[in-house]
Amino acid sequence: MKPSVKNTGKANNRDKDVSQPIQTATPQVVRLIKKTSRRQRRNIIAFSAFIAPNFILLSIFTFWPIFYSLYLSFFKWNMISPIKKFIGIQNYSSLMQDPIFWKVLKNTFYLAAGTVFIKLAIALMLALLLNRRMRGRNLYRAILFSPTFTTSVAVAMVWGWILDPTYGLFRVFINSIGLRSPNWLTDVHWALPAVIIVIIWRSLGYDMVFFLAGLQSIPKDLYDAAKVDGASRLQLFRYVTFPMLSPTTFFLTIVSVIGALKAFDIIAIMTDGGPLNSTNVFVLYLYQNAFEWFKTGYASAIALILFVLIMGITLIQTRLSKRWVHY
Amino acid sequence: MQKYRDQKMRRKHRLPERLLTHLFLIAASIAIGLPFFWMITTAIKGPTEVNIFPPIWWPEVVRFDNFVTAWQTAPFGRFYINSIITSSAGVVLEVTIAALSAYAFARIKIRFREVLFMVMLAAMMIPGQVALIPNYVVLKHLGWINKYQGIVIPHVSSVFGAFLLRQFFLSIPSSLYDAAELDGLGHLRTLFYICLPLARPVVGTLTLYLFIAKWNSYLWPLIVTNTQNMRTLPVGLSMVRQAEYAIGPEHLMAAAIFVIVPVLIVFFLAQKQLIEGIASGAVKG
Repeated sequence: MKPSVKNTGKANNRDKDVSQPIQTATPQVVRLIKKTSRRQRRNIIAFSAFIAPNFILLSIFTFWPIFYSLYLSFFKWNMISPIKKFIGIQNYSSLMQDPIFWKVLKNTFYLAAGTVFIKLAIALMLALLLNRRMRGRNLYRAILFSPTFTTSVAVAMVWGWILDPTYGLFRVFINSIGLRSPNWLTDVHWALPAVIIVIIWRSLGYDMVFFLAGLQSIPKDLYDAAKVDGASRLQLFRYVTFPMLSPTTFFLTIVSVIGALKAFDIIAIMTDGGPLNSTNVFVLYLYQNAFEWFKTGYASAIALILFVLIMGITLIQTRLSKRWVHY
Repeated sequence: MQKYRDQKMRRKHRLPERLLTHLFLIAASIAIGLPFFWMITTAIKGPTEVNIFPPIWWPEVVRFDNFVTAWQTAPFGRFYINSIITSSAGVVLEVTIAALSAYAFARIKIRFREVLFMVMLAAMMIPGQVALIPNYVVLKHLGWINKYQGIVIPHVSSVFGAFLLRQFFLSIPSSLYDAAELDGLGHLRTLFYICLPLARPVVGTLTLYLFIAKWNSYLWPLIVTNTQNMRTLPVGLSMVRQAEYAIGPEHLMAAAIFVIVPVLIVFFLAQKQLIEGIASGAVKG
């Protein structure tokens, strides 16, 4: 989603009109130029005043933190003591040898992979079903979308209760197909899948809405042309719908991967990274290091790696969305 | 006549397919809605009805007093006040800041404007999670830990809102701006009397979206508050949960309902606006 920055040029053509008759230096023109520069000066003042609140806040709370994190990542500091001890790249080298950090990376990868495919497939199917005029369309859409807007802490608690291995609602379904319910959140092998289920449930509607918008932007004549050529319904999907949706699919994949990198709320409440770090993810590990163990420098190194990863993915997205996405 | 028959045939042909579509969608809606139902039905069960398997779908006696008990397990009234204050103040500030920047980038022409615009957009690539530690350090220096301004101020800068509103301001015909200038309106008054009233639908969607996002936010309020009376609802709720064994799941679900009810009301009242706003890329997710 690279926003275009065009059409600002014509925003203020009054200034252009004034600056045109400079060829002849009559006193009138001199006066005009003076007026222009006064206006320019006034504009600069007004512009600065208008953007000041935003840029001051962005500088303090968004841009500067990147540099400060980089700085802190070379120190050993507990956030309270006035002394920061310079230790060079030691934080980074111990991160590389930290088995939990590698586990966190692996978990984040599984979380991304586990959510993306299933979620996008179901979301696309639902969008295809909803993509027609029918009764109750808005209601379906609203229900399917509602988890996205529901407070994540509450969501995590409800799901914790549903997945309860003894009294949980999920056990009913698991038992009804003849299986024994695992101890979801306390089992090293099942905790991450449980988290994935909740995250799919929560963000399914979001992806569906994007697919719906994508479907509606496909020109109808493409279908008509394909039908004239005798394409079956499956072929219509394979050769028209799916390729035409590739920008949406690509965008949602990126959003989901970045979402996995940023995941915190649901995991913090449901498992707090456990058992045995089997659900620990990037932001949670960052939080634990920074605000539970007060290893500020170490946590800053994690933050910086997170920044580089997200930045990299975003740049790949803007690069590749032009090349990979084809119509 | 022939055409009419065709139409009738087609409709007949489509009936089972339509039913099937509805069937699928109803099944999906139930699957998505079930956790909500389960939250409600658990919240009105008695203590013995909660701990049985297989679970019962509806309690024999509806126990509304669970809500009273849940409300008393923690200062939920205070949490509510904190959440309302921080969310509302945050939304008002962020929308104002967004509108000011948007107007500047749309209507005030100066040199390097495009460069500054790109700088602003670049901020969108920096996730807030990366800035947690530096922001905390800054707030500590300012003495804003456990203060409303500490919860609110670090998250009221606006990139996407500014971008969105700028697009809208650019689409307003320039004759209107000329008329405003002729009437002697300055930039600020043009923004408040011409641009914002015209942008009301966009501003409305943005406001609701931001309100929900701020109401739900957990990580930042968790970090900058450490006394119970400064906690917002999500943080307070998560603290109640740590005493899970002291209170039953029925009370926990009742407490969860306190938190999500305002959000769900806002969502269902404005669902069309919000969903379509998101779908058209109007609001970043």
